[in-house]
Amino acid sequence: MTISPSSIEQVIPGQGAMAQPSAAPGRAKRRQFRFIANAKAATGLVILGIYCLFAVIGPWVAPYNPDARSGDVLQAPSLRHWFGTTHLGQDIFSQILVGARSVMVVGLVAGVLATVLSILIGVTAGYIGGAADEGLSALSNVFLVIPALPLIIIVTSIVEQASDTLVALIIGCTSWAWGARVLRAQTLSLRRRDYVEAARATGERTWRIILFEILPNLTAIIASGFVGTVIFAVMSEITLAFIGISSISSWNWGTILFWAQGQQALAQGAWWWFVPAGLAIALLGTALALINFGIDEFVSPRLRSAGRTRIRTADGRTVRMRVGFTPVLAPTPSVPTPRAATTREDVVR
Amino acid sequence: MRFLLQRTAFYLFTAWAAITLNFFIPRLVPGDPVQSLISRNQGRISADAIESLRVLFGLDANENVWEQYLHYWGQLLHGDLGLSFTFFPAPVSTVIGDSLPWTVGLVGITTIISFLLGTALGVGAGWRRGSWVDGLLPATTFLSSIPYFWLGLVAIALFAGPGSFFPSSGGYEPGLVPAFDQYFIPSAIQHSILPAATILVSSMSGWILSMRNMMVTVSSEDYITVAHAKGLSERRVALSYAARNALLPNVSGFALSLGFIVGGTLLVEIVFSYPGLGYQLFQAVGAKDYPLMQGIFLIITISVLVANLLADVAYLLLDPRTRKS
Repeated sequence: MTISPSSIEQVIPGQGAMAQPSAAPGRAKRRQFRFIANAKAATGLVILGIYCLFAVIGPWVAPYNPDARSGDVLQAPSLRHWFGTTHLGQDIFSQILVGARSVMVVGLVAGVLATVLSILIGVTAGYIGGAADEGLSALSNVFLVIPALPLIIIVTSIVEQASDTLVALIIGCTSWAWGARVLRAQTLSLRRRDYVEAARATGERTWRIILFEILPNLTAIIASGFVGTVIFAVMSEITLAFIGISSISSWNWGTILFWAQGQQALAQGAWWWFVPAGLAIALLGTALALINFGIDEFVSPRLRSAGRTRIRTADGRTVRMRVGFTPVLAPTPSVPTPRAATTREDVVR
Repeated sequence: MRFLLQRTAFYLFTAWAAITLNFFIPRLVPGDPVQSLISRNQGRISADAIESLRVLFGLDANENVWEQYLHYWGQLLHGDLGLSFTFFPAPVSTVIGDSLPWTVGLVGITTIISFLLGTALGVGAGWRRGSWVDGLLPATTFLSSIPYFWLGLVAIALFAGPGSFFPSSGGYEPGLVPAFDQYFIPSAIQHSILPAATILVSSMSGWILSMRNMMVTVSSEDYITVAHAKGLSERRVALSYAARNALLPNVSGFALSLGFIVGGTLLVEIVFSYPGLGYQLFQAVGAKDYPLMQGIFLIITISVLVANLLADVAYLLLDPRTRKS
């Protein structure tokens, strides 16, 4: 199969032959980092990385013990206490640093669990079809339609002082349905593609077709489903802590908000008590959402924000570029501009 | 018609699943919550009420699970959800009946407004892809990443307070009696502006984004090019050709995500002490009032199912293809 030079020549005139000799390693490298080259995804990944770092080192670098009381009661942010103090003189900056671990762990554990469940259920339903498909899609639709958060609240409230792990398990078990639905739809469309039929015809086993032929083509959907579930899990965990259901002895950002709300931080004008925790949540959510945009745009390039779409034509008018449209830049077609002539010559050559 | 029947059957199945879930959850509660309630209210509970609570918690040792299940259904069909622990002798159904209109008014109306407004803005953003509007998209992402309840806290801190037009809590002026008159209605509206704005700000951006993406996808279809080539006005192509078709997936997405949205918006009620189901659920959780919690969960689920059915009807009206078969 050595048709590549000519086919490249056809697609990009004047590039194929020249680029051929040393192209292979360079191109491979570019492809590897193409996802990160997306500005949105890169920003999201950097922020997420910083959060992960704090989740690991947070408890060690925290300047104070988050539980330790001190004489500095309800102080505004200062050099000693960057984010101020609570009604008991606890350092809020330390609480946020220590709380990062719990938030990240619950987000990741719940995300992984929900993703595994959604792959198992969604891909099986899509690939096997028939009665199994009917049953599994009904199951995932039921979980999709039942309001997840009230269900999580009720289940968690039955357990006394639920630990982080338990909260993660409950969230993971209730939030897989969306991913399963999307995966099923995509598997359905992949199942009848030629390459899958070919694999089936050569006698590959079902598990091999699913694992090696279908799953790699679902990577983007799985990844975006995972990121989406992590967002949901983080929000749910923080909500549970804010309502005061999950254990309030360990710190996460919801716990901080729980105490701020309970101690009337608003009425006392202690904005520093709840603003940092909320911003931390919002920034994490934004980072994850940006990664998801990156994945979406990676998969479907049309969604990218096009760069400059307003172009000045030769006679001074502006034309807006639109998908599926080619604005006519030359004023009259009968007088070809020199630029146009050279390109045409290139194509012919 | 067939489509609608199918959907209805599915929602009935979901309702059954939710009720069955509701039947099993209280059986996981450790200890005997009814006994502690009885001892707390010595002699003030009627024998009937005790019986109904025992059915709810499956504490009747003489019945097996199947009989308990049938018994539970019988009770449910009579509208008996048990007694609320917190609002003691009031039955759960009365407590929920009092707070349901508030939630339907606030969450229901705001969700619909947010969907319509977000979709309209998304049409604009998708059609003008590549203009300055794209620069606003990250900002909407940030807004939608903020937890509803935290935005509520900030809104209270910024806009409510002594002497402000916006009250920081409650559903109406404390001295008023709920009625449809010229004193109560303005007060109720005044109390709902801030919570509604909070929900609107953080829930709208999701619709903007999904509609924008659908518009971008649709606007490269051939029929759009043809419409342009026919010389139709920009406005007509954008609205009657692109938006009309981009709307369909957004409507079905709306139906599917109602459960998520309603769960999140209920939290806003907690922050604003708004007398709806969310605030009631918060209080029930604090007081370990299991019958009230279950009742609220059941009612929320059924409301979401009804809303879903309505969204399906809307889809049916919008998409002629579903009507043909």
